[in-house]
Amino acid sequence: MTKLTDLTITEALHGLNDKKFSAAELTEAHISAVEKARGLNIFITETPDGARRQAQESDARRASGKAGALDGIPLAIKDLYCTKGVRTTAASKILGNFVPTYESTVSQKLFDAGSVMLGKVNLDEFAMGSGGVTSAFNPTISPWSGSDPANAARKLVPGGSSSGSAASVAARIAMGATGTDTGGSIRQPASVTGIVGIKPTYGRCSRWGIIAFASSLDQAGPMTRDVADAALMLRVMAGFDEKDSTSVDVPVPDYVAALGKSIKGLKVGLPREYRIDGINPEVDALWHKSAEMLREAGAEVVDISLPHTKYALPVYYIIAPAEASSNLARYDGVRFGLRVAGENLDDMYASTRFAGFGKEVRRRILIGTYVLSAGYYDAYYRKAQRVRRLIRNDFVEAFKKCDVILTPASPGTAFAIGEKQDDPLQMYLEDVFTVTLNLAGLPGICLPVGLAQNGLPMGMQLIGRAFDEETLFTAASALEKAAKFTHKPPFTA
Amino acid sequence: MSIIQGTTGEWEMVIGLEVHAQVISHSKLFSGASAVFGAAPNAQVSLVDAAFPGMLPVINEKCVEQAVRTGLGLKAQINLTSVFDRKNYFYADLPAGYQISQFTQPIVGKGEILLDLADGSSRTVGITRLHLEQDAGKSMHDQSPNETFVDLNRSGVALMEIVSEPDMRSGEEAGAYLKKLRAILRYLGTCDGNMEEGSMRCDVNLSMRRVGDPVLGTRCEIKNVNSIRFVQQAIEYESVRQVEVLESGGKIVQETRLWDTSKGITRSMRSKEDAHDYRYFPDPDLLPLVLDPAFVESIKATLPELPDEKKARFISDYGLKPYDASVLVAEKPSADYFEKVAKGRDGKLAANWVTVELFGALNKLGKTVENSPVSAEALGELVGLISDQTISGRIAKEVFEEMLESGKAAAQIVEEKGLKQVTDTVAIEQAIDAILAANADKVAEYKSGKDKLFGFFVGQVMKTTGGKANPAMLNELLKKKLA
Repeated sequence: MTKLTDLTITEALHGLNDKKFSAAELTEAHISAVEKARGLNIFITETPDGARRQAQESDARRASGKAGALDGIPLAIKDLYCTKGVRTTAASKILGNFVPTYESTVSQKLFDAGSVMLGKVNLDEFAMGSGGVTSAFNPTISPWSGSDPANAARKLVPGGSSSGSAASVAARIAMGATGTDTGGSIRQPASVTGIVGIKPTYGRCSRWGIIAFASSLDQAGPMTRDVADAALMLRVMAGFDEKDSTSVDVPVPDYVAALGKSIKGLKVGLPREYRIDGINPEVDALWHKSAEMLREAGAEVVDISLPHTKYALPVYYIIAPAEASSNLARYDGVRFGLRVAGENLDDMYASTRFAGFGKEVRRRILIGTYVLSAGYYDAYYRKAQRVRRLIRNDFVEAFKKCDVILTPASPGTAFAIGEKQDDPLQMYLEDVFTVTLNLAGLPGICLPVGLAQNGLPMGMQLIGRAFDEETLFTAASALEKAAKFTHKPPFTA
Repeated sequence: MSIIQGTTGEWEMVIGLEVHAQVISHSKLFSGASAVFGAAPNAQVSLVDAAFPGMLPVINEKCVEQAVRTGLGLKAQINLTSVFDRKNYFYADLPAGYQISQFTQPIVGKGEILLDLADGSSRTVGITRLHLEQDAGKSMHDQSPNETFVDLNRSGVALMEIVSEPDMRSGEEAGAYLKKLRAILRYLGTCDGNMEEGSMRCDVNLSMRRVGDPVLGTRCEIKNVNSIRFVQQAIEYESVRQVEVLESGGKIVQETRLWDTSKGITRSMRSKEDAHDYRYFPDPDLLPLVLDPAFVESIKATLPELPDEKKARFISDYGLKPYDASVLVAEKPSADYFEKVAKGRDGKLAANWVTVELFGALNKLGKTVENSPVSAEALGELVGLISDQTISGRIAKEVFEEMLESGKAAAQIVEEKGLKQVTDTVAIEQAIDAILAANADKVAEYKSGKDKLFGFFVGQVMKTTGGKANPAMLNELLKKKLA
């Protein structure tokens, strides 16, 4: 029999319904996996007791015929989601031992649907990073090591910022995980760990109770081992929330129903601007192979142009830090979290924030403060907002010619811990294919399509129209079917 | 306009006011916590107000309605699209590290306020804008020798910042502006206007220029001026200070100054160089505020009659003098009281009784029309007794005194004390004849040209009739007898 930890969510739900195993057994198997995988430094806080209790309750619900859509499914929660009664850190020292008295809307929805929380998983500090390496709780190590002998000695990153989420799902520690995506933090780690991740349309999931990085870009989304599981999870996570003024009041369709539909006649756009220098040639080749797979499945592949693509990263690195510099002002040592005493109020602020924030967070606060300053606002922030509109318009034009857009998700395969850390610009390039969607507010799904020569996974990204995640799931399930990606990382718990 | 005579010539003040008016609403601008004044420290703080991680603001529709209502009351343009911005600065009583305010696109644009000045004249002062913003919390430095305590009850409470054009030219005008603005806010029910409790606060912008100079001088902003009297005092002090600086060859530095109530002076708080860079940018947690024109129309339809319209109506319906009318409409309870007194009666007489006798008495007693010992109905009855000549105005004053003390009705007092006016011609004539007979010498003097004695005869007759003789009839009859 397949190990319980190898099951997909869909398979596990069938097993639970058919009484092949209980939620308690399923959860216990995953708690063991959590313990076995401690060397990967995935969890910041493990919650086995809570998980066992939730699993028992789940079994009781199922026995009385009241099981929810994800009842009994063990999940990892990114430690950016506030969880009631469970320490929430954002992988930063500044939050100290902050224990929220409230539950984020999205995690509450998951629990209302019966899912079980294994614990809170690692991330880049305040979700600022692409490798998980800025975490104040040390980097998470990818379960992938690849076939390159050079990599065998080194430890690879699982991508970021949702590093713990990606590693936990790839290493069969959690059946699914929540991520957040501000510039690619769900899709890039999904790509380099060989799993599925979707960043829904901005406004699709509530941001309430999720620690803010850049409010106009942040979105919650699921990370799973296949497209169907992502559809299941997103359906539970999505929905209007009156507590988030930017969430949108539109119905949430049954995404599972969109899976496996024919893509005959579906127009798939390939943006010519995504053929960039510095891309791994294998990724580039896989991109075109993926287009071919979709064509063979009945889609029509068309060339499109997204002319302002090259401005996306610079625009992102103005807007995101600007919003972050303001969002992170509340970590001042006055009401919660870390406080380092000072001679006076300003001194207390400086000491607290210097001790509490890591280097990358400080760098972005400085950039953000600078671009919003009097005399620089017009040149940076205002101009970036204008270009952001042009980027959004690019997509509006492109979607007149196609239904989905296919691009790589990440320019290469996983890099090693320690690499790219001295050069933030190199690190920022990791998001080159993903940030445009956050700027445009559009949904994007990343799924694994192949392995590179070095034995590491490569993912592709499909981009859809706003609030048209359904078409995205249809196209993604077709590509998944054609790609037949069944590789597992060398380490699974 | 009040001119300051300097040693080198005449100077003119240019004054603009920024008023922060706390919106009357049950809950705060972006959270459900109570906005009521006077609770125990930190008893009314939501997670949003304390800026906990992951908390998001949601606009309170009631506060938007109140801002629109105020805008309409100021005859101002309502901006159907407005934007909330973050004003970033660090302070212990500002939990998020930013205040949500409106910077480039306020909810209300240009409007105006008509000032009623003491000489009966009027003057229009422009309103530049009104915007919604959050209040900060309160730092308390006096609770401990080496710690500061923070009360977040006020944090997030909705304020309307109402900015005037630099249209005022004297402390008197600034005072009249504040009184009128407060009256409008109270009429509208959008702010209680209570400056002592801090629900209405005022910053003064003041610059001086030589009379006739079209160019504005450099201004100073004076903060913390929390009563109308202090505003006038601060303007008086600051204008003299600026003239002294300018006349001694100095330059006014653009700065923020603090009004020191105990010393009666303004002192420098921070210069322009030290001013915060607030790094305003649109709040990404909030979408632009878009109002449905029907929403604005529905508010317009429920606007009460405002002081200016009420004043005009009092003048036309009751024949009041503009000054009396403006005194009566200055506070809505006074206007309402007056209307009850005047209903179906002589409006001018009613106005006179309310503004002179009643206000005088209330002033002495330290009371207001709202807790007046004499109700509007009771005063109306008294005015009625004067109009139908049951009693004279002079007797009425006596009756009114009695009403204040005993709370009895006017008619009852008149009845009990037998104060009913004598309007019987025969009775009055008899009284006159008796007085003239007893004072034949004075009659002779009068007839030889000593006109002033007329008053003496009136007094004597009144004395014998216990003051109850109808004064007009007495005058008329006495003239005839002496002719």
